[in-house]
Amino acid sequence: MSSERREYKWVGTRQIRPDGHDKVTGRAKFGSDFSLSGMIHGRVLRSPHAHALIKSIDTSKAEALPGVKAVITSKDFKDQPSELKPAGEGMVNYRDMTRNVMAREKVLYDGHAVAAVAATTVEIAESALKLIDVKYEVLPHVIDVDEAMKDGSPILDDKMIPIGYDTKNPTNIAKHVEFSLGDTDEGFAAADVVIERTYKTESVHQGYIEPHAVVASVSEDGQAQIWCCTQGQFMVRTFVGQLLGMPTSSIRVTPSEIGGGFGGKTVVYLEPLATLLSSKVGKPVKMIMTREEVFRASGPTSGGSMDFKIGATNEGKITAVTGTVRLLAGAFPGAPVAPACMCAVAPYDIPNVHIQGYDVLVNRPKVAAYRAPGAPISAFGAESIVDELAKELGMDPLKLRKLNAAKKGTKAAYGPTFRDIGYEETIDLAMDHDHYKAPLGPNQGRGVASGFWFNIGGESSATVNINEDGTAVVISGNPDIGGSRASLAMMAAEELGIEYSDVRPIIGDTAAIGYNFLTGGSRVTFATGLAVVEAAKDAVRQLCERAAKIWEVDADGVVWDDGHAKPASSNVGEFEPLSLAALAAQAAKTGGPICGHNAQNVQGAGPGFATHICDVEVDPETGNVSVLRYTAVQDVGRAIHPSYVEGQIQGGAVQGIGWALNEEYIYSSNGTLENTGFLDYRIPVASDMPMIEAVMVECPNDRHPYGVRGVGEVPLVPPLAAVANAVENATGVRMEALPISPPRLLAALDSSNIKQAAE
Amino acid sequence: MAKHHITATLNGEPVEFLCSTRQTLLDVLRDELNMTGSKEGCASGDCGACSVMVDDRLVCSCLVLGAECDNKKIESIEGMADGEKLHPLQTKFLEEAALQCGICTPGVLVAAKALLERNNNPTETEVRYWLAGNLCRCTGYDKIVRAVMNTAADMRENAK
Repeated sequence: MSSERREYKWVGTRQIRPDGHDKVTGRAKFGSDFSLSGMIHGRVLRSPHAHALIKSIDTSKAEALPGVKAVITSKDFKDQPSELKPAGEGMVNYRDMTRNVMAREKVLYDGHAVAAVAATTVEIAESALKLIDVKYEVLPHVIDVDEAMKDGSPILDDKMIPIGYDTKNPTNIAKHVEFSLGDTDEGFAAADVVIERTYKTESVHQGYIEPHAVVASVSEDGQAQIWCCTQGQFMVRTFVGQLLGMPTSSIRVTPSEIGGGFGGKTVVYLEPLATLLSSKVGKPVKMIMTREEVFRASGPTSGGSMDFKIGATNEGKITAVTGTVRLLAGAFPGAPVAPACMCAVAPYDIPNVHIQGYDVLVNRPKVAAYRAPGAPISAFGAESIVDELAKELGMDPLKLRKLNAAKKGTKAAYGPTFRDIGYEETIDLAMDHDHYKAPLGPNQGRGVASGFWFNIGGESSATVNINEDGTAVVISGNPDIGGSRASLAMMAAEELGIEYSDVRPIIGDTAAIGYNFLTGGSRVTFATGLAVVEAAKDAVRQLCERAAKIWEVDADGVVWDDGHAKPASSNVGEFEPLSLAALAAQAAKTGGPICGHNAQNVQGAGPGFATHICDVEVDPETGNVSVLRYTAVQDVGRAIHPSYVEGQIQGGAVQGIGWALNEEYIYSSNGTLENTGFLDYRIPVASDMPMIEAVMVECPNDRHPYGVRGVGEVPLVPPLAAVANAVENATGVRMEALPISPPRLLAALDSSNIKQAAE
Repeated sequence: MAKHHITATLNGEPVEFLCSTRQTLLDVLRDELNMTGSKEGCASGDCGACSVMVDDRLVCSCLVLGAECDNKKIESIEGMADGEKLHPLQTKFLEEAALQCGICTPGVLVAAKALLERNNNPTETEVRYWLAGNLCRCTGYDKIVRAVMNTAADMRENAK
């Protein structure tokens, strides 16, 4: 398949999104907006301890409270074997999952679910939680990733068998991975300059504004309906079915509008609890997390510590990189350690690379995906040390990147050889941008950094139904987080040759459309988009057949052009073109409904690269860092809807700025989370930010009919280092740990001043 | 404890409701009046997703008790469009893609409308500080701030 270069009517334009009116008027139904008659309410009792044995749970007083309809604990869930089972693209261990949704032998983090109650009102359910008597035996806990790896650290799971890591003793190291290319000893021997550093990042939360919410209704015949805010209705169906032992055909999941996810809604928390409660009570059960519960019990991303070593010639050619990345997984294995290792230096053509990583259990909530999982963390280390190398060599940091840039034909250390990629173009555009040449004032600095993310394809199904009046319905199966309905409708309109406004994109529930892997991996516009394009082509093929039938010619004598069936040549005969509407109107007489369909496991995702420029001003009195100007250059393949592509870039950049400057999980000495609200866990607000200039490079992905690459995740990869590099440029102080919050930076500035004074 | 019987106006229409003392205005709007356009993101006044107007004052409805609203004028996102006609801010947000997931959008629109009613020519800094109480995790605020400023420019032009 090759990317078609032609003039498009809809692709590349800025249309009003089909779900837009509902979202600016308050009509759109998000997770907690859904209700059913007879519905009751569920709440969760959560652990106050970071690590404790559950000695006993007495629910009798709670059950006796008037209005309480059911109480569940881990006893109500069958145990699951410890084995990795395929679920969509990934592998899942249901032994861990059932323990995460409801603690079994132990509680493993502050906020871990211990019991759940369904009652006629939220207030009664909350009162009932206080009547549940849980006897704990508190155990020593561990919060820090480096502490958790040490001998003698409290062990979370003494039955865990590490993967790729040999030890006879119980350990918190769940997995060890490594990737290598060439010979790093030789590479460092060939280097004129070698730098070694250690970096650290804190856990951050995805910070979606919509808390997790679900309504589950199980009828007397065991048929379950679930409405919830999720990135994947099929994922919810699979997980609930497995955890509750229900056949897939008995569960129908309808995704609500989703108020942000960023990876954090790719797992289940409340859905199995609400479904089990509903089946016990025989009524619909609604559950909504509070913001505090979102912070304490839903997945943040990993924090990590890492060592990097880089060698280069005096001319700036990088000869070798080694790295060790240690990521905290939370209470169960699953830190994104492999992608962290694979992405760290993927933007560069380096002959000798060795990167290894550790997935480490600590007494925190199990991590969930967060935009380009793992990559922002390792890129913070890698892009900081590349910046240090540029300084050591006295080279412009973008020139250094350009000199070492991966391009078509470069073999990445993680395996593949790149096809057409636009990384060099992102550097060129950044170097030529006004921003890069603008003067800086006192206490101001400029930093740059690059980033890489794979993007994915995956299982995708789509249906394009031609309506009898010549309009069309597109049914796909991926929740729309940021404008994907618009992109899908635009591609369908392009293929069908009809007006964009005549295409109605619908997100099907699990019973309305074939399986779709969840909304994640920057896959929807690429992979589901490809399925939509193929489904539209299928509908077009049927339309051509109908025209052939009407004209009494062979089907291959008909072509589709600008929304009309036309004779392929004058040899076929002289026929007036038949419009889609005309063919649709006659569909009943020519063979029945016209429904295009496509289902496939889409391959050929095009990797994404980005280069960001950040200007900061540091207040030497307070340590406060203000971002003055920010430019993000990214290879987007082709922007189907440029506004929503820019939006992904801008939003990702600002999340990264928050990660760099403000956001962190703060734990007490008892291992309880102290900043469980938006006041203390401070995500960027409007007054913190400048405009974010998104510059799009379009290097089409030749494995998508419109050249689409994923765009949603790469933008979060460069900002952490871009900000830290800018702070170094402004102050001369290298911040090797995030966040660069005012107290931390002030302390670093003070110690640097003391050091300078002493010299 | 007996519920409070409250009489108020909501988006210009008379409304009556019963609420317990602990119910917030947000609870009342969502659970008693089935107006789910105002969203709960935090229940602590930090995120602004529940922004509404009470007697022409911009408030987080999660920080106002339903029982406080007797004889008050309440305006929510559901009343922002004039029948079939969207408010210029709503139109501009659609045209300029100033929303992604849309969960913060009702609160942002209510807050932005309150700003433009006070100041029809806000600077970028004024828009950013006015909206500092409305968290958005998707957009990075760029397109929101531009849409508010461009709406203000259009409204000034149309007022000439």
